[in-house]
Amino acid sequence: MDEMIKGRVIAVNGPIVKAVGLDGIRMYDIAEVGPDRLIGEVIRLLDDATVIQVYEDNTGLRPGDEVVSYCRPLSVLLGPGLIANIYDGIQRPLVGISEACGSYIKKGIKLPPLDEKRLWEFHPLVEAGARVHPGEIIGELQESPLVVHKVLIPPGISGTLTSIIDGAHTIMDEIYTVESDAGIHHGRLAEYWPVRKPRPNRLRKKPHIPLITGQRVIDFFFPIARGGTAAIPGGFGTGKTMTQHALAKWCNADIIVYIGCGERGNEMTDVLTDFPKLIDERNGRPLIERTVMIANTSNMPVPAREVSIYTGVTIAEYYRDMGYSVAVMADSTSRWAEALRELASRLGDMPAEEGFPPYLATRLAEFYERAGFVETLSGQDGDITIIGAVSPPGGDFSEPVTQHTSRFVRCFWALDKGLADARHYPSISWIDSYTEYLPDIENWWKNLDSQWLAVRNEAMSILLEDNRLQQVVKLVGSDALPPVQQFVLFVAEMIKNAFLQQNAFDPIDKFCSPEKQIKLLKVILELHHRGVDLLKAGVTVREIAALDVVSQMVRLKSEVPNQDLDQMGAYSNRLAHGLDSLMSGYPEGHADARCDAGALDPTKLAGGTA
Amino acid sequence: MNTEIEYTRLSGISGPLIFVEGVRGVGLGEIVEIRDASGAVRMGQTLEVDEQRAVVQVFEGTSGLAMQGLRVAFVGKALEIPVDRDMLGRVFDGLGRPIDGSPQVISDRMMNVNGLPVNPWSREYPRDFIQTGISAIDGMNTLIRGQKLPIFSGSGMPHNLIAAQIARQARILTAEEEFIVIFAAMGVKFDVAQFFIDSLQESGVLTHSALFLSLADAPSIERLVTPRVALTLAEYLAFEEGMHVLVILTDMTNYCEALRELSSSRGEIPSRKGYPGYLYSDLAAIYERAGRLKGHKGSITQMPILTMPSDDISHPVPDLTGYITEGQIVLDRELFNKGIYPPIAGLPSLSRLMKDGIGVGRTRNDHAQVAAQLFASYAKVKRIRALAAIVGEEELSDVDKIYLKFGAAFEEQFLSQDNEENRSIEQTLDIGWRMLSILPRDELYRITKEEIQRYYMPERGVK
Repeated sequence: MDEMIKGRVIAVNGPIVKAVGLDGIRMYDIAEVGPDRLIGEVIRLLDDATVIQVYEDNTGLRPGDEVVSYCRPLSVLLGPGLIANIYDGIQRPLVGISEACGSYIKKGIKLPPLDEKRLWEFHPLVEAGARVHPGEIIGELQESPLVVHKVLIPPGISGTLTSIIDGAHTIMDEIYTVESDAGIHHGRLAEYWPVRKPRPNRLRKKPHIPLITGQRVIDFFFPIARGGTAAIPGGFGTGKTMTQHALAKWCNADIIVYIGCGERGNEMTDVLTDFPKLIDERNGRPLIERTVMIANTSNMPVPAREVSIYTGVTIAEYYRDMGYSVAVMADSTSRWAEALRELASRLGDMPAEEGFPPYLATRLAEFYERAGFVETLSGQDGDITIIGAVSPPGGDFSEPVTQHTSRFVRCFWALDKGLADARHYPSISWIDSYTEYLPDIENWWKNLDSQWLAVRNEAMSILLEDNRLQQVVKLVGSDALPPVQQFVLFVAEMIKNAFLQQNAFDPIDKFCSPEKQIKLLKVILELHHRGVDLLKAGVTVREIAALDVVSQMVRLKSEVPNQDLDQMGAYSNRLAHGLDSLMSGYPEGHADARCDAGALDPTKLAGGTA
Repeated sequence: MNTEIEYTRLSGISGPLIFVEGVRGVGLGEIVEIRDASGAVRMGQTLEVDEQRAVVQVFEGTSGLAMQGLRVAFVGKALEIPVDRDMLGRVFDGLGRPIDGSPQVISDRMMNVNGLPVNPWSREYPRDFIQTGISAIDGMNTLIRGQKLPIFSGSGMPHNLIAAQIARQARILTAEEEFIVIFAAMGVKFDVAQFFIDSLQESGVLTHSALFLSLADAPSIERLVTPRVALTLAEYLAFEEGMHVLVILTDMTNYCEALRELSSSRGEIPSRKGYPGYLYSDLAAIYERAGRLKGHKGSITQMPILTMPSDDISHPVPDLTGYITEGQIVLDRELFNKGIYPPIAGLPSLSRLMKDGIGVGRTRNDHAQVAAQLFASYAKVKRIRALAAIVGEEELSDVDKIYLKFGAAFEEQFLSQDNEENRSIEQTLDIGWRMLSILPRDELYRITKEEIQRYYMPERGVK
């Protein structure tokens, strides 16, 4: 046990407390403040005082109150039992808190983060007498039906494994010992790790596998690699949280760490009630069995919000070190940055842009840098993908948090207010978004279909052309355009409605496999290629649009299951047949019977998600 | 306890703040009683304390206070109010003191006005549809019991009429349970408050309402306490007495301005438009006190009203509010100028909890589809109107012209209704179908064939 030191409070300004008498305390050590022993962290050392930020409501705290510290940094407890659990920003279990003190979070409550009584069936993988190294996997246990929890030698420990006991243990039991010149290490199933210190790995690798999210606009147009970083900026009402939820539900990471950082309470409740019920198609198990949640909602103490993203990413690193692929969703990093600003302002730091402290960019960079595709200390591959939502004030992307974030992420999924207003979800703009991971993951997609990049780029160029033409349409209407350009508008509308738009609540459409994605887009492009030929032969856009087989296209996404892609082939044949029938009708003159009033208008195909 | 000790030495008075010297053992957020030379007592709260000095925010303002002759006592605890069922039917000032001539509330239940954060685990996800009788809300931006849904308005627009209509008409369809209305006024004019009182009185709702009034002539700093006092009573009634409470907070822009005033007198570093960096957290501490709790019968539904300075929705107050609340009802100047009541904007309005509170067994099977179709078709009307403004209506295609007809009918018949008119959800949806029936069948792409077969009646459509 570390030595305890005592001091006393001399000033209180919101969550910032000044204390004296804490000799020997270090930066980022934990201090317990006042009669309620509120948890705080040392954030500044002055020659005459120690500055502590308190993670709980400190109303009533007064000068003269006692401060104690064990000179330990703020840490999370890493061990079995994290999965399916929900914590506040400083890893206090919210379920336990509700059992202990009801619906509200009372201050000063302290509970162990992991169940100390639960027994885990531990299976050693290494025998006593072996030499062990930091990060080595020495055993495993079943943490949830989806997750095998690997027990690791903690970083910094190596030597001879002198004992290891199999069977049922709690996290409090001593299950192995490692002897070295430095002494004897008594190992348990759980260990502490300081939240602000990244866990070590052997080497960083280049990301090369896409994180498949099942969301077409992301996977196909703006893909992210496992180990990569992405930002989702969007004003309120553009669907940031819905997009984060969809990713957390359907992406193919092994472990999800969902950090609700300064957001709505009811949204966390939605996750909490949804995830135990939602079944992952790949394994038939509830999604909660691979998820760890951190909830520090907007009304919970601000300093704990600041630390919540570190708590989350440290847990992610722990699972990465077991060789897992982990996805971290942080919603929203703007609230985290605001917490930083609020605390900086109370400390009297000189502000940079819009009151944010000058170190905002550094902190953001440090956070996103904890993502990556690595070789773990035990020689396995593991990765952390970080996806951060950004909430720019007024939806203005030129504000500091969005700007700095875009410097440190390589994938930018810009949410568009116009799309959201038209209820086009996910409202990820195909004009303002970008990804830098295309070259990294190109090979993966090419193994699936060699034409992937060509298909993507062609579809993208149609969308860009559409964007340009829309400016003209706004002025003169679409009827004034030549048929070829009208057809570009029509095909672009088809790409938007039959491909980009995706219904997160439709049983089939919610997750779209990569195989289905490429088949869907190929069918649309087929329409484009054949259509251009038809137009040359004198067929009108109106006639193409009026074909039943063409209007059925928007329903493919919600009617063809991922497991039955043969239907796509059948559809493709029907499409070819339908278009052929138009061709054969020319040039002998053609009865315009199929046409109805709205057929020319591409927007009538919008949706199809009803 | 140091209630006995009175301090007299001040080192400054600035805006709503006084700086008291020589204090010992005073805690953060403690209530302070300030007695001036005439013996009048004001209340305040400590914002910052150190070993010699306390910074005190005076709720009633510092007007008329002098550096000499003040006696300051620290009560030793945060602001608490007595709460009781008997507070219904009463009118209080912004700090929770009766101003209706009846005696002080006596209760042995005292509650801290700052509340405690709700454990997200303990929340119950809101799902019960509230019928407000207003088509634009019920049909397209459904209010759910336990939701926080603000009205974004502008000066001169009828937000108060709408709020009062909702307060009168709000019903739960599944159960015969009445709403309790708690009304908190921050910095609004006397006539606005009187309008609410009259409106509640006429409809007989006043007996189960409580009003907290911090009017425009009250010190601005008092407004910072008013919503907290109101919500404290709401929490008691909802979660200890099992009632369903509708809290109307007006005007949140005035609240935020009071916060800005306080922040600037403390010399804090401002963020946007001079508002403090913690405006978001501070608003969240108010708005998040809505919802339902597991194992409790009652609920708190919040309807904050705010006026957007120059109708600017990106102003910090509506902007940060929109990030916290579960949607927003936006009033539209153009509709208002056309004489449409309620002028609820079709597109920027949103209810985030709608999807889980409507449909079979809650409202009607076709509800979600009708709403989605109305949104989409009305969005198209807006585009066509923009085009018509340039090329002229004559140049539009036939379908586009039908859309314009739909747009006009939608605004005049669906959105528009009388201030006293209370439409059932069936009526609202039927009117919705009548509007959609103006459009050709093929244009209804967000509605399934089955529903179209059942409800689409072109002969009933207004041509």
